[in-house]
This record gives sequence, C-alpha cells and structure tokens, in this order.
Amino acid sequence: MTTATGAAPAPLLRRILLQGKYEAATMLRNGEQLILAVVLPLLALIGLTVTPLLDGIGDSRINVAVPGILALCAMSTAFTGQGIATGFDRRYGVLRFLSTTPLGRAGLIAGKILAVLAVLVIQVVIVAAVAFPLGWQPNPLGLLPGLCLLVLGAAAFTALGLLVAGTVRPEATLAITNLLWILLGAVGGIVVPMQRLPELAQNTVHLLPSGALGEGLRDAFLQGVVNGNAVLVLLMWTVLAGAAAIRWFKWN
Amino acid sequence: MRSPKSPVLTIDGLIKDVGPLPTLDGKMLRVVSDVSLIAGRGEVTALLGANGAGKTTTIECAQGLQKRTGGTITLLGADPGTAGADLRARVGVMLQDGGLPPSARPIPLLRHIAGMYRNPRPLDELVQRLGIDSFSRTNVRRLSGGQKQRLALAAALIGNPEVLFLDEPSAGLDPQSRQLVFELIAELRDGGMGIILTTHLMDDAQRLADYVYIIDGGRNVAEGTVAQLLQHNMPETPHRDHVRTLHFEALPGLDFTGVLPAEIEIRETRSGSYTATGALTPEDLAALTAWWAHHSIMPGSLSMEARSLEDVFLDISGREIR
Repeated sequence: MTTATGAAPAPLLRRILLQGKYEAATMLRNGEQLILAVVLPLLALIGLTVTPLLDGIGDSRINVAVPGILALCAMSTAFTGQGIATGFDRRYGVLRFLSTTPLGRAGLIAGKILAVLAVLVIQVVIVAAVAFPLGWQPNPLGLLPGLCLLVLGAAAFTALGLLVAGTVRPEATLAITNLLWILLGAVGGIVVPMQRLPELAQNTVHLLPSGALGEGLRDAFLQGVVNGNAVLVLLMWTVLAGAAAIRWFKWN
Repeated sequence: MRSPKSPVLTIDGLIKDVGPLPTLDGKMLRVVSDVSLIAGRGEVTALLGANGAGKTTTIECAQGLQKRTGGTITLLGADPGTAGADLRARVGVMLQDGGLPPSARPIPLLRHIAGMYRNPRPLDELVQRLGIDSFSRTNVRRLSGGQKQRLALAAALIGNPEVLFLDEPSAGLDPQSRQLVFELIAELRDGGMGIILTTHLMDDAQRLADYVYIIDGGRNVAEGTVAQLLQHNMPETPHRDHVRTLHFEALPGLDFTGVLPAEIEIRETRSGSYTATGALTPEDLAALTAWWAHHSIMPGSLSMEARSLEDVFLDISGREIR
C-alpha cells in the first residue's frame, strides 16, 4: 500500500453534520433509548389525559399535559439518553479515538448537540401527532417562544448530561440520570405543574432546570407568554453546567 | 540521539505528571520524567518497555490526547497539544483498547470515519486486505480480539495518514492475524509512512522495528537498531555480532577460571547449572570442550542461543519482579 502525502480533513461543517447524523441514528436504533425518548412520554401523555390528575389547572387536561410531556422529552434525550451513551462511549475509548480523527473534541460535542436536537424534533412531531387528535389547542402566540425555550432546556440538560457522563463511571451515570429522570419528571415541575406540588417544593422547584422548563413551556403554550424567570434559570444552568463539564470532563 | 533523514516526530525531554492522587496524599505522580525520541518517515520506531513504563502516556502526549507537563513535542512540524484538524487528518491512531463503539457494525463505522477526511483510502481495499469482509455484519461487541484489532487498524488507516501510531498492535492477535498485520505494517513503512508503535513484546520489536527506544520508569534507558541493542554492554571485539548465551549442566562447583576470555564469565546460576553470555568465538567453544575432555566431564545438557532483545531488556532494567 502506498502512502499519499497531503491527507486533509473534510470541511468542519460536514464533519459535525456527519457525527450528528451518526449519533442520532445510533440513538434511534437503541431500543432502551426509544422507550425512554418516545414510549414513556407518550404513555405519560395518555395517562395524564385519562386521569383527573391535572383537572382544575387549565381549560383542558391535554392542554396542561402536552407542555410537560415536551419538557419530559427534552430531559429524556438530552440528559438521560445522551448522558448514558456518552458515559459508555467514554468507557470504551470511543471519545478518545474520535478525538484523534479530524472530528476532534469540539466536533464531537457539536455532533452530540446536533443529534439531541434532531431526536428532539422527531419527538415533538410524534407528540404533536398524538396530541392534536386528542384535542390539543396550544396558544398560537406561544408556539415560537415555546419551541425556543424547549431548545434552551435541551441545551441545559445536554450540559448536565455531559457533566455527569464525563465525571463518574458509566454505571453511575446510568443510575443517576435514570433516577433524576423519574424524580424530576414526577416532582421536579416537569409533568406535574408546580401548584400541585407540596408548598416546600414550590419554593425550590422553579430554580431547577426541570421546573423552569416545565413552567416556562406551560406559560408559553397555555397563555402565550414568555416566562423571563424560566429563561434566566435555564440560561444559568446551561452556562454553569457547561463550564463545569469543560473543566472536569475526563476523556478517559 | 540519532538523526533520521526525514523526522516525523520529535520528542524532547517529555515530562508528564498525573493526579493529584488520593493514594499519594493528594500529590502528583510523575509517570514520565524524561523521554526523548525521534521517529522518521519510512521507518518503524518502537517504544519498548514493561507495562507501566510510560510508553502509552508518551505517545498519547504525542497524539494530543494528554497534556504534557514539560518538554517539547513536534509532530509533522506542529505541536500536537494545540494543533487542529489539519494535523489530525495526517495522523492515524490505533488505541490500545480500540476505541470502537460496541453497537457499531464494521463497514458503516469505517464509512463514517472515512467521511471525516477529504481523500480517504478506498474502503474496499482496506476491508479486503485486513479480512474485514468475513465479519462485516457482526457488531463490534461480538468480534474476537484479533478482529477488533484489525478493524481498529483499518480505522486508523482509512484517512491515508503520513504517520501511524500503534499502541500494542499485536495484543489479542492470533498467529494468522499477526502475520497479516505485520506484513501490512512493513508494506506501509516501505511506502513511506512513519510508524510509531509501543509494545512490551520483545519479539514484536525484534521483527518490526527499524529503531528501538527502551523506556523504563518513565525515562529512556537504551536505544538503537535491534542489531545495536543486541550488542548492548558487550565489549568491543571483532566478534560483537556473535553474542550468544550458553547453558550447560555438569557437576556442581566447577572452577572455570582461565578457560574462556576474561570478559566472558561462566556463572553457576543454580547448583550444577552454568550460564555464559558474550561474544563467543569458535575457538572459545573449542577451548571449553577441550577443558571438559581434559577433566573427563560430560555435560548433562548443552544449549546455545543468540542473545535476544529480551535478554538485553532484562540486563538493562533488572530481573526483579516489580
């Protein structure tokens, strides 16, 4: 075999798009990830619409339920799914190998963010496809702010997922992210609105990324308003967790 | 240090500390204290050393995977610690643990990695050459050690690099795979690639390397071509390339003073078991057998072998278990 001189990288954008596509396809082929990303949120959506759990909050059960389910989707994909995948990639040396290719560390992270966004788009389409026939009527004024907030929430949860995946063993990442998914999903202000939580929890939950995203999405899709506090809280979590991940992420 | 015609990698006085470690009361541990080397284009350069000697840390600093504490590294004219995608595209890396995702299948994985390069090597050629077609539909997690190593080598070569790093390339290889991989490495070297490999297997270094650096305790302890190293610590004689190790068993407690030249000592390693290492001549052998005949001694066993790199290594780094 001959050796050519002048080997060159593919353009940056192409490398990131390729990695995003590859990671998204890997996520969508993984059965456990699909259960977490699609099946459980849909079950929760149906559960919330057939039980009286959310009665008395908004004009209909489905309108109150859908924003929370979208927040749950973001947490599933960006935090739990992506965190577990990254944790095991780290264990198997995949992160180290890919960072020696032209993709590099920055390209790898950019690809992961892209994959999270791609899967999130698919989740939103599926949830909408189920919610509209069930009578979902989002406030039209809140659609754009709501979707922007969803992306911001995904950014905060991606940073947190990377922080966990990059600092503890993959088995611990698995345990932590799954446990937090259940805890934050149930009592962290995601699917159950804050006013249904105990008084003690109400004072702290709006400072959590889960509470900020859940309440922010409900304010957008129910009333069509932008919740400035929620935006600030999510920005803070994104910056803090992102900085901590950059500082403490161990590649091997 | 030597100066190859066209260096691809130069490491000068590398220092690497890791930690702080709780087992050292929160202090740093110096895993590489002073390693220097030069690797050339069209050559196989081997870093040879026991496990934990600092070989992998050294080449991971050269690959930009670890930040060095001190010293300088120049890889293809750039500093790998700060260089970007342009340098990474010219360097292929095969990691010790492979670094391949367990759920991936070989061909889509290689195609994905090839996409990161502007002019990748043709996939079919590599797949066929490394025998990957025979397991192309199996997930990485189900591959044997040898299959994983071949796939990792293909992944390192897909970008058509000028420099190739191989960390313990024959780990887990069956004899057929090893032959295949070694032939390919020699061919790539002849094609002009600069190849840097680490190994703790003396045989690998002896078969593959044009130049060997022996690393021990985080520093260089010896270097040279295999032929030069085999003469390491041997006195200057016209017969330096006749370095042999002689073993024989006879009566215990024999005194061989004056039988062989003074620089070749016959040691009784166990009761009645004797060893001599040195540049032995035919006349030395004749003198020894004549002495046996004169004293009516018939050895119980007698063997002689060329000095191996392993003997040199053990002479240099000591024989104690660490």
